[in-house]
Amino acid sequence: MSAANKPVNQKAWLLILPVILCVAFSAILPLMTVVNYSVQDIISPERRVFVGTEWFAAVMRDPELHEALLRQLGFSLAVLAVELPLGILLALAMPAQGWKSSAVLVVMALSLLIPWNVVGTIWQIYARADIGLLGAGLDYIGLDYSYTGNSSHAWITVLVMDVWHWTPLVALLCFAGLRSIPDAYYQAARIDGASKFAVFRYIQLPKMRGVLMIAVLLRFMDSFMIYTEPFVLTGGGPGNATTFLSQYLTQKAVGQFDLGPAAAFSLIYFLIILLLCFILYNWMQRVGTADKLEAGHE
Amino acid sequence: MNEKRFQRRTLFLAAYLVFAILPIYWMVNMSFKTNEEILSSFSFFPQHFTLANYATIFTDPSWYSGYINSLIYVAINTVISVTVALPAAYAFSRYQFLGDKHVFFWLLTNRMTPPAVFLLPFFQLYTTVGLMDTHIAVALAHLLFNVPLAVWILEGFMSGIPREIDETAYIDGYSFPRFFLTIFLPLIKAGVGVAAFFCFMFSWVELLLARTLTSVNAKPIVATMTRTVSAAGMDWATLAAAGVLTIVPGAIVIWFVRHYIAKGFAMGRV
Repeated sequence: MSAANKPVNQKAWLLILPVILCVAFSAILPLMTVVNYSVQDIISPERRVFVGTEWFAAVMRDPELHEALLRQLGFSLAVLAVELPLGILLALAMPAQGWKSSAVLVVMALSLLIPWNVVGTIWQIYARADIGLLGAGLDYIGLDYSYTGNSSHAWITVLVMDVWHWTPLVALLCFAGLRSIPDAYYQAARIDGASKFAVFRYIQLPKMRGVLMIAVLLRFMDSFMIYTEPFVLTGGGPGNATTFLSQYLTQKAVGQFDLGPAAAFSLIYFLIILLLCFILYNWMQRVGTADKLEAGHE
Repeated sequence: MNEKRFQRRTLFLAAYLVFAILPIYWMVNMSFKTNEEILSSFSFFPQHFTLANYATIFTDPSWYSGYINSLIYVAINTVISVTVALPAAYAFSRYQFLGDKHVFFWLLTNRMTPPAVFLLPFFQLYTTVGLMDTHIAVALAHLLFNVPLAVWILEGFMSGIPREIDETAYIDGYSFPRFFLTIFLPLIKAGVGVAAFFCFMFSWVELLLARTLTSVNAKPIVATMTRTVSAAGMDWATLAAAGVLTIVPGAIVIWFVRHYIAKGFAMGRV
């Protein structure tokens, strides 16, 4: 969204009203319920005591939450660090036209279309050293690999699974962004004798800014909320090695049935994601604008 | 030089595609085996090829109705998401209005709420309004993350269309609905295709909300698949066959929108 010389028209609100109604029904009411729970001690549906910010204070002091949060941050950063460069490289390598392009697109998209619990289930077998291809392969080349016994193996397996699952999303978005660059740009670059890297840095990367923003934010949000896949694959173990925030939250809310603390936890969780996304969003917009200025000076 | 770079690219792409396809191959491989074979030995091909797993799914209503339920709510969700997102995306891409940037970011924040947060409130809300265990309930709940995404994608596509087109149409005496449906929509049909694909995908693969809001009548395939644990242990073979079948609808959808993705979209103004 850029504000540049768009006419002011308050009637545009009418156009966004349906969206607001749809989302509000599914967002605001449940959010209010969560806020309501977070300030009460719910002993039974009839007996509730207002406790103010007590749960928030308790949750903030919870050492297990701190650990889960750090694990989560580490995981999400690793996801971005691997999937973004890989996705961009794939998009650059994908054929642009013809049946090859179609075939590559479809194969790439397959992993995105598998329900998340199935993803976990496939990898559960796939990574087993006795009957799974990946596990058996690693075993064959002499690695003593076990994702159920060794915590770093489990962590890496969850990461590789996520890379397998979601890199195509980044690649497809970047591919679509790349295809929108008119040929004239490349011809101009060829006349200037620009190197491959210069073409990437000054033409392709700036043109991919919009889709990259979507890719970064989507991957960041979704990896920060990851639940189903590691839950099915490792169940959070061994120990707590792959217990990420969502799973810790669910353990609290469902397992121990502490509605108040779980609600407070939810809100804090939501605010953390919101804050990080806000920073990313603004940072990426600034970086993009700086790029444009630079290009304008040349 | 160029030849060499080309080969390196192709090799890199081929290596990734192998990485991408192997887990899926393993699932297909499993789906043609029996449970005993899956758990007892390692083999690249089924030694005792069987179609029994697929037969189970196609003959048992508790299995195949799952696919029908999923397809129904995913379709409802995709249609609503894209329909309400179209005018909104147009407003965001063409006009300034009070609070536009805030509303845009607020919409995005709805994609940032962990579904785990909303499970219980959703359960209570939909019980209160009497929508529990209906397709509509799941479709509405999935709007939470699909509508913002659809608005976001469509806004990008629309911003790539020059505003002069709108202005010319208005001068020619087109009303807004007529302009939007007959001139503007065909111009951004690639965007509609891509947005619909993403809505389909995210709704199809979501498990937590879909499972919480349904019990029998609208039970989706993803939830059916979580209940294959029996006294004899996990029914891996049927699970693998069901997994293979969950990819099919999506693969068909991507086949239809592949040209739109390949054509590309300019999202320089997001």
